[in-house]
Amino acid sequence: MSYRINHLKELESEAIFIIREVAAQFENPAILFSGGKDSILLVHLAKKAFFPAKIPFPLVHIDTGHNFEECITFRDDLAEKMGARLIVGSVEEMIKSGGANEETGANASRNRAQIPTLLDTIEKNKFDACLGGARRDEEKARAKERFFSHRDEFGQWDPKNQRPELWNIFNGRKHLGENFRIFPISNWTELDVWQYIAMENVELPSLYFAHKRMTFIRDGVILSDSVHITRKPGEELEERLVRYRTMGDATITGAYLSDADTIDKVIQEVAAARETERGMRADDKRSETAMEDRKKEGYF
Amino acid sequence: MSNNNGQSSNEKEVFDSKSYLDMELLRFTTAGSVDDGKSTLIGRLLYDSKSIFQDQMDAIQESSKRRGDENLNLALLTDGLKSEREQGITIDVAYRYFSTPRRKFIIADTPGHIQYTRNMVTGASTANLAILLVDARKGVIEQTRRHALIASLLGIPHVVICINKMDLVDYKKEAFQKVVKEFEEFSTRINIKDVRYIPISALFGDNVVDRSSKTSWYEGPTLMYLLETIHISNDNNHIDGRFPVQHVIRPHSDDYHDYRGYAGRVAGGVFKKGDKVVALPSGFTTTVKSVELDGEQLEEAFSPMSVTITLEDDLDIGRGDMLAKVNNVPKQEQDLDAMICWMDDKKPLQLKGKYAIRHTTKEARCIIQEIVYKMDINTLHKLEDDNNIGLNDIGRIRLRTTSPLLFDPYSKNRQTGSFVLIDEATNITVGAGMLIK
Repeated sequence: MSYRINHLKELESEAIFIIREVAAQFENPAILFSGGKDSILLVHLAKKAFFPAKIPFPLVHIDTGHNFEECITFRDDLAEKMGARLIVGSVEEMIKSGGANEETGANASRNRAQIPTLLDTIEKNKFDACLGGARRDEEKARAKERFFSHRDEFGQWDPKNQRPELWNIFNGRKHLGENFRIFPISNWTELDVWQYIAMENVELPSLYFAHKRMTFIRDGVILSDSVHITRKPGEELEERLVRYRTMGDATITGAYLSDADTIDKVIQEVAAARETERGMRADDKRSETAMEDRKKEGYF
Repeated sequence: MSNNNGQSSNEKEVFDSKSYLDMELLRFTTAGSVDDGKSTLIGRLLYDSKSIFQDQMDAIQESSKRRGDENLNLALLTDGLKSEREQGITIDVAYRYFSTPRRKFIIADTPGHIQYTRNMVTGASTANLAILLVDARKGVIEQTRRHALIASLLGIPHVVICINKMDLVDYKKEAFQKVVKEFEEFSTRINIKDVRYIPISALFGDNVVDRSSKTSWYEGPTLMYLLETIHISNDNNHIDGRFPVQHVIRPHSDDYHDYRGYAGRVAGGVFKKGDKVVALPSGFTTTVKSVELDGEQLEEAFSPMSVTITLEDDLDIGRGDMLAKVNNVPKQEQDLDAMICWMDDKKPLQLKGKYAIRHTTKEARCIIQEIVYKMDINTLHKLEDDNNIGLNDIGRIRLRTTSPLLFDPYSKNRQTGSFVLIDEATNITVGAGMLIK
């Protein structure tokens, strides 16, 4: 008799173990829900972890006000279907109250303004653990992130002073005011995520599949026509057949030319892809260590 | 280099069908020093399995140029953080991923210097396999012995000795055999179940993914073929039924009014409906009513599956308790012998010191009763009159816990035989332990 499970089941099993550890070790955890496929996957895994009980955490969305409409609708539907409480931290309001700065200029984004809004939302709701859908293969600074990532009372990550993680044992002990970011799908790659989504029939926003959209090109990135972006002279709109590989703000997330309109086609496309999925993220292109710098300040 | 038998199929087109539903996961660790070609080997595995993306490649090319490196520096692929790139060393465990149509691989890449023993131990704790790199010109050195000892202590089931830089010894069989003999002599003193030897050149790719025509005397597999096919499903314990309860699921809803499910990850053996089980430490026996996940009834569950188990009887069971088979129970002891690797850079292990201890899903407190010896991790000597166990040291200790641990010796079960110690003042994980008895 051979006892084996496939790699997707093993990754699922690891993630469910971590999600259950969070329920057991923390008093007031939350799921950081970006609207992207990784956080949708996280919600799906959390549902499996606690069924037939409901997910014992609220969903927290840091809303930049620059999201794709489809994502917001999807978010509301998912929260309702799961019977989960939805908490929205508004970057817009944070900027209005002076807690965050609005960038100006043609390349302006609210990416950085998410950090104070996130930290403020964590503090106000007294969350002691926030589950996120970050993966180690996404970006080099994330390759060394722990499953249980300790944050000091300022929400900062100290890459040089991380707790060792051995076997299946996770240390979530903390002092008052400190909190943790928890990353149950650390070991998944983009391809794993898509294969699992296909295996489990997880529902996703339509933006992830090929569709026709009015777009223009800026610095080699295909951006969607949006009320939040001012086009420069020469940035002409054109209808293109595209899909998205990640879901961030409409102002910074680039689309890919693609005719993959089903999950199976997406899997084939991802398997053959020659660029990482964050390759089209303008926020990562600012400098070689852009992600590491943001993470230290308290980014996701 | 020719592509004859033993060649791995590393074409991504094979993902066409649903064949990925049949892929296994293999976790391996690599340890080595800056100049033994470890980063080049990993770069080679990623590159030859087509796991490097164009934008990553462009970024490395750019960095290599800026640093003034002559060739494309594949080592930059595995260097994560800013401070590391500045110093040119790897200071932490970095995880890398690649897959072939047969398997998905997770590499725990750790630095090899003695001051990074704790990182090696961390990477080794979850690995099925360890790759040890040996420079064909230098043979087995202190560092090789140290890595082998850690692999043995941490119970890694498979060890692959890659005899690297064969290009610098003219691909001679004698050079390879000399290293094999040296390692075999040494390895009689440690306990590794499965050792393999492969002559390679990471730089030129010989026997890494593609079989080398320059080592016609070598009849074994390439490294990639070995990684893809080595038998790992028996690495977990499937004999002794162990289910540490992680969390109790109580929906309190109308549909599931009396539902009480025990959530956990199987740590050993096989559980199925109808099994007679004993709840520990209480000792009450009952029968498994269902093994399920997300409402789906499962025929059986084994390590490392996360499932929910319901029982026929209403027992008082909570986190930290364990379900086991009636005729096969774990040890229950308060006085324990263990090997410990120290991980704290601020303070050494304190004799008579008190720590929080985490073992499976249980947390207790413990006191260090005795430091039996410190191990010289280069010579394997037991230093009985040295009881100063500081950062990166390994030793044998005797401890007493506030309540009994439900455990198996680490050599029988890596899940129920391992624990960590936590400093109660700083909350930092300071020690990694493996129970002996």
